[in-house]
Amino acid sequence: MIDTLSTYLGYDFVRNALMAGSLAALLGAVVGYFVIIRNVAFAAHALSHIGFAGAAAAALLGLYPLQGMLLFTIGAGAFMGISGDKLNRSDMAIGMVLSLSLGLGALFLSFYRGYAGEAQAILFGDILGVSFGQVVEMAVLSVLCFAGLAFFARRLLFASVQPDLAEARGLSLAGLAVAFMVILAIAVSLASQVVGVLLTFALVIAPAGIALRLCRTFWSGMIVSILLGLVVVWAGILLACLTDRPPTFWITALFFVLYLAVEGYVRFFTRADR
Amino acid sequence: MTAALQISDLTISLGGNAILSGVNATIDEGEFIGVFGPNGAGKTTLVRCIIGTLPPTRGSIEVLGLPPGKSARQIGYMPQGHAGFDSTALSARALVEAACYGDQWGIPWTSKKSKQEVDRVLEVTDASHYAERPFSVLSGGERQRVILAQALLGDPRILVLDEPLASLDPKNQALLIECVARVKRLTQTTVLFVAHDMNPLMHVMDRVLYLAGGHGALGKVDDVVTSASLSKLYGFEIEVVRLENRVFVVSAEGNVTESECFHHDHD
Repeated sequence: MIDTLSTYLGYDFVRNALMAGSLAALLGAVVGYFVIIRNVAFAAHALSHIGFAGAAAAALLGLYPLQGMLLFTIGAGAFMGISGDKLNRSDMAIGMVLSLSLGLGALFLSFYRGYAGEAQAILFGDILGVSFGQVVEMAVLSVLCFAGLAFFARRLLFASVQPDLAEARGLSLAGLAVAFMVILAIAVSLASQVVGVLLTFALVIAPAGIALRLCRTFWSGMIVSILLGLVVVWAGILLACLTDRPPTFWITALFFVLYLAVEGYVRFFTRADR
Repeated sequence: MTAALQISDLTISLGGNAILSGVNATIDEGEFIGVFGPNGAGKTTLVRCIIGTLPPTRGSIEVLGLPPGKSARQIGYMPQGHAGFDSTALSARALVEAACYGDQWGIPWTSKKSKQEVDRVLEVTDASHYAERPFSVLSGGERQRVILAQALLGDPRILVLDEPLASLDPKNQALLIECVARVKRLTQTTVLFVAHDMNPLMHVMDRVLYLAGGHGALGKVDDVVTSASLSKLYGFEIEVVRLENRVFVVSAEGNVTESECFHHDHD
């Protein structure tokens, strides 16, 4: 097994997959933390579906899927940020936009000749098909997002935890919401390179959600979230190489097992302590 | 001396309805003011105007001599209701730390200075002994003292508390009031305490601001909470009944108004 793994690690496409996966996992874990405490998980999920329409449109126009996806998700994210909490937490509004986006994606792809293969790649991810150029592109985007977050993370955290007090202390909730949603849009687009638009939930929500169930401080939660994201993505890609089954399956399956284990632990072993 | 709060001819209309019209009040620094009135009298509207998140339709408010919003750092605000963080294990301390120096830019490191500040506010609100536990498992009274601790960060000169007693049992109400009174004693902070029932606050208030019928009356309890003065404010006959140091506001038809009925506390 070790031999097989080292053979695979010698392949460029595996190394590219590991790099792309690490970038998406890292950004997803950090941004996801804020998604959970801001309670906008469904909006994050919808953004990835809006990305599907963008990726399909890009395929039709001969652009890279990631470019179309970024265009659509950033636009939608900024709009969600401006519209405020009422829209971000309206299940009906988000659900309608989400389904329309998938419908539009299907329409765009029907004009496109390579229909089946392209749709499969966008919906379920094609991490083993990522080129080095795309890895560089993802790295640049990640650095931009982290730079943005490093600039306003303190204010974002305050506004996420206690928005009313933050507003009274002079913070612009709308400004922070727009900035955050744009970064979330980029994180979601990168995550869908790894696991596809249908399953970005796994990379953007799962690590942070699991970490927040366990960790009582901001930094411990953030670090556990990052470690979970990275370890699961690496394990998923390597398991995919060994078993010749899609990485998307392994990544989501591993997160699900972790989620069950943590839920069980929290429910049965931490009651007395609380 | 600048007044802590100068409200002149304040009128606020929301969606074409005048919530408040022509309210005047001057509140001095270091005063403990109880803000009362029936549901819909505009208590929360007034609070939003003071913290600068709702512009007045007419008239003006000055907070420490500045327009609202310009004095943001001087205001501690305890909102009505808050997120429960139910699916997280985030501790009470982590939530207070998140709000500490939260108006600064950069990465939220916890500096020594901010740790001391968090320790201080948790101490004042008597929350230190449970601050490491997850916020989601705390009782209503314990949670309210954590939210109060957040409002006290940075030692604000004005503390605005929007119905902090709602849904607390009498024992926890008394604990929270005691915390606020202690803060006021120690720091000479001006306190605006919005509540439904004035009885638990009788021994700590300096004056009351009573809102009803879109108008406001500010003064000592004995001057404002009288049958004559409240009848004028409500625009119909109101009777104030006193019973062993307790005050009950009753409409003339015999229906107790919801504002002061003691057994309505827990709704």
